[in-house]
Amino acid sequence: MPALTVNGQRRDVDADAATPLLWALRDALGLVGTKFGCGVAACGACTVLVDGRAQRACVVPLGSILDKQIVTIEGAAARPAWQALRESWIAEQVPQCGYCQSGLMLACLALLEAKPGPGDGDIDGAITNICRCGTYPRVRRAIHRAAARLAKG
Amino acid sequence: MAGTPASRLRRRLLIAAGAAGGALAIGGWLFYRERDRLRRPAALAALAGEAVFNAWLKIASGGTVTVMIPRQEMGQGITTALPLLVAEELDCEVAALRFEQAPVDSVYANATLLADAVPFRPDDHGWFAETARLTQYRFAEILGVQATGGSSSVRDAWLVMRAAGAAARAMLLAAAAKRWGVAVADCRTEAGQVIDSGSGKRLAYGELAQEAGRLEPPSRVALKEPRQFRLLGRPQARLDVPAKSDGSARFGIDVRLPGMRYAAIAHCPVFGGRLKSLDAERARRRPGVVAVIELASTPTSAAAVAIVADGWWRAKTALAALEIAWEGGPHAGLDSARQRAEYARLLASGNARAYEEVGDVGAAFKGAATLVEAEHEVPYLAHAAMEPMNATALVKEGRCEIWAGTQAPTLVKWFAAKAAGLPSDAVTVHTPFLGGGFGRRAEMDVVVEAAAIAARLPGAPVQLLWSREEDIQHDVYRPLALSRLRCALDAQGRIAAWQHRIVGQSCTQGLTARLLPAAASDLLKDKTVAEGAYDLPYAMPNRLVEHVLASQPVPVGYWRSVGHSYNAFFVEAFMDEVARAAGRDPYEFRRAMLAGAPRHLRVLETAARKAGWGTPLEAPAGVRAGRGIALAESFHSIVAQVAEVEVGQGGALRVRRVVCAIDCGRALNPDTVAAQMESGIVFGLSAALHGAITLQGGRVEQSNFTDYNVVRMADCPAIEVEIVESGWEHLGGVGEPGTPPIAPAVANAVFAATGKPVRRLPLRA
Repeated sequence: MPALTVNGQRRDVDADAATPLLWALRDALGLVGTKFGCGVAACGACTVLVDGRAQRACVVPLGSILDKQIVTIEGAAARPAWQALRESWIAEQVPQCGYCQSGLMLACLALLEAKPGPGDGDIDGAITNICRCGTYPRVRRAIHRAAARLAKG
Repeated sequence: MAGTPASRLRRRLLIAAGAAGGALAIGGWLFYRERDRLRRPAALAALAGEAVFNAWLKIASGGTVTVMIPRQEMGQGITTALPLLVAEELDCEVAALRFEQAPVDSVYANATLLADAVPFRPDDHGWFAETARLTQYRFAEILGVQATGGSSSVRDAWLVMRAAGAAARAMLLAAAAKRWGVAVADCRTEAGQVIDSGSGKRLAYGELAQEAGRLEPPSRVALKEPRQFRLLGRPQARLDVPAKSDGSARFGIDVRLPGMRYAAIAHCPVFGGRLKSLDAERARRRPGVVAVIELASTPTSAAAVAIVADGWWRAKTALAALEIAWEGGPHAGLDSARQRAEYARLLASGNARAYEEVGDVGAAFKGAATLVEAEHEVPYLAHAAMEPMNATALVKEGRCEIWAGTQAPTLVKWFAAKAAGLPSDAVTVHTPFLGGGFGRRAEMDVVVEAAAIAARLPGAPVQLLWSREEDIQHDVYRPLALSRLRCALDAQGRIAAWQHRIVGQSCTQGLTARLLPAAASDLLKDKTVAEGAYDLPYAMPNRLVEHVLASQPVPVGYWRSVGHSYNAFFVEAFMDEVARAAGRDPYEFRRAMLAGAPRHLRVLETAARKAGWGTPLEAPAGVRAGRGIALAESFHSIVAQVAEVEVGQGGALRVRRVVCAIDCGRALNPDTVAAQMESGIVFGLSAALHGAITLQGGRVEQSNFTDYNVVRMADCPAIEVEIVESGWEHLGGVGEPGTPPIAPAVANAVFAATGKPVRRLPLRA
């Protein structure tokens, strides 16, 4: 039985090694904050952090990440940039239906961690998630707001 | 519950004409009468310490005010807007507000949605139109369907939920006055407290809730005059945003129950086809598989095979082990080219039904100085809501519980019952958040399937989840439509005659055929097919607008803004061609026809001014820039948009800026109105730039976001929204009206940049 390190905890998962991480999280571990959107890494709703990098969990086989640190939305609060991102998210009133927001927020978190103070071009390049409610302009503003807060320290 | 205080709430509450004051102008005839909408439904549950005041609110001993939400939250902010209506009249703090999804009960019916469906111009207030609306309204109340759509939620709740707050406030005042032994007139309320004006004593609502909730509800309530509003009209943070900003918000797909099984499904890929043969032996032996279930087609759902397993991935991968042969049936040869040829024939010679006939179009064409004519076309579109279709059902001991993100909980109750072979009062419906609706979640297909599967596995909760491929290929689509517009200009370059003919399927007929096949008929005059075409604000003396109903096996359904989504494109893109033929600026050309429509004029002028209409546009070398304007009224709101585009070498198109002006009367929560305009624009832009569902061999060719692309961060323009206020008496919707103008605004900007008119979507510069 494969074991994963999710949000700092070692967890056994009843699934074979080819199962995508997304389904291990949602069905086996009950971590339903990570969403299913497309199953082909095209929409980003299932974005999680794997060793600090944004990855699309719907195409990551369990067998490939047994030795890695996985962070889902449920464990995002442990990241230093999270609080600034969440507060900016609320200040900009980003979510509408809210479904894609976990994946979007984790993609933004990975961006802020990798590149403090990202420019619009960085945002366009890094944030390729789909939001059918069209929250993009507010996501952009929330990233800039969070970056400014983090820069102030 | 006869004789209990709760049953006394059933007494009809008269919203007195005098007392309601200015509010009564809003909704006009709609609320000039007694209402029975404050009664307490049996299914309304109260927690310990909560006092139920009526169908719409509960107050807990700690002071929390829980507002029952009769509509579904799918992003439009309804779980904030409706509590604000209650809080305004109740006089409580926003911080005290909580929301809870209302149970299924006819008291929560959305009558405004049906009253809006009559095929009259929105500005037609003649007795015939009003009587038709009233009849629909009454019918909807009797039918009792709770539904979210048509950008109608706030308009439907506007008086009743304020009256609910006002009634509760009156009961709290009476309870405090009784306790203090003073007259009610000597008491006032402020921020969740009753205050004795004489002594200055105060009691919090929470302290009074239990005794106030037992009092006789008032038979009349006075609502605030709009000038007294403290909350409505001011930006408020959404109540659902915190839970949607840390992953804790729960959607239908997130339902987890003890012993739950997971189902994946494969539908017959050809519309109208059926299962020919199935060998499930290999699939049954796959790990974790619990059952393989055949589902015959019903009017509501397509033929399919489902696999139930201990996890969705196992169910999904086991589908590949099925040996299925489908029989395509009569539509296996259907393809987009054949369909277009058929539509072209209908455009030329099909039987048309008139939606608007004013003046003498024939005579006006004979005397025309200039003739302008064009044909336009839009494709089928999928909804592609982010949360793939799903529903969770448990059938046990003669009862069914169902969890579904749905736009129509009442229909879920009826259809789950039918599919599970139970009476509808044996069904309990739970409605979590919707991961997008856009009209798709008004459908009952996945509900019927989930209930049918659960009925085969009694005692086990089953969550049915469609893959994205199933979602794209088994949607109910925004209809493919063709349009022919002819316009006669007089010698002064003014429109003398306007003739519009549209071909397409009817969404309302489609929905009726799926839900109530016996009632489906070609005789039904579906307003939605011609909305946004027969109800234009422009002064045009002779008009003929007609629609030819097409019949196709492709299911069509409501898609954000419905008929407006294509008619605004046909009308407004053509209008720029007409303006050019008249030698006029497209903005000035429209302005000149809006003297009789001052609200439309002001919205158009606001968008143009804010966008810098007429000022030079900058563009990088080798790139042509253009600006386009469009105006559309839908769902009682008026929206104008100006798009700025860049067309590069090889036709590469970038929409860099969109300016939007909206008059929705008054914005209940201005930030939500802005958000809904942004949302409607991005949704419409995805369709205008990318969206097309095409058919080959009777099946949909697209399958996922890889070939059904949508706008993302990098191609999302800067969006600026300006709210034009015309007064609470003009209250309009906001969920959909942002969508119709964007496609023609962008098309007109491309026309301005390239000199080539755009007549077909998705747009290619």
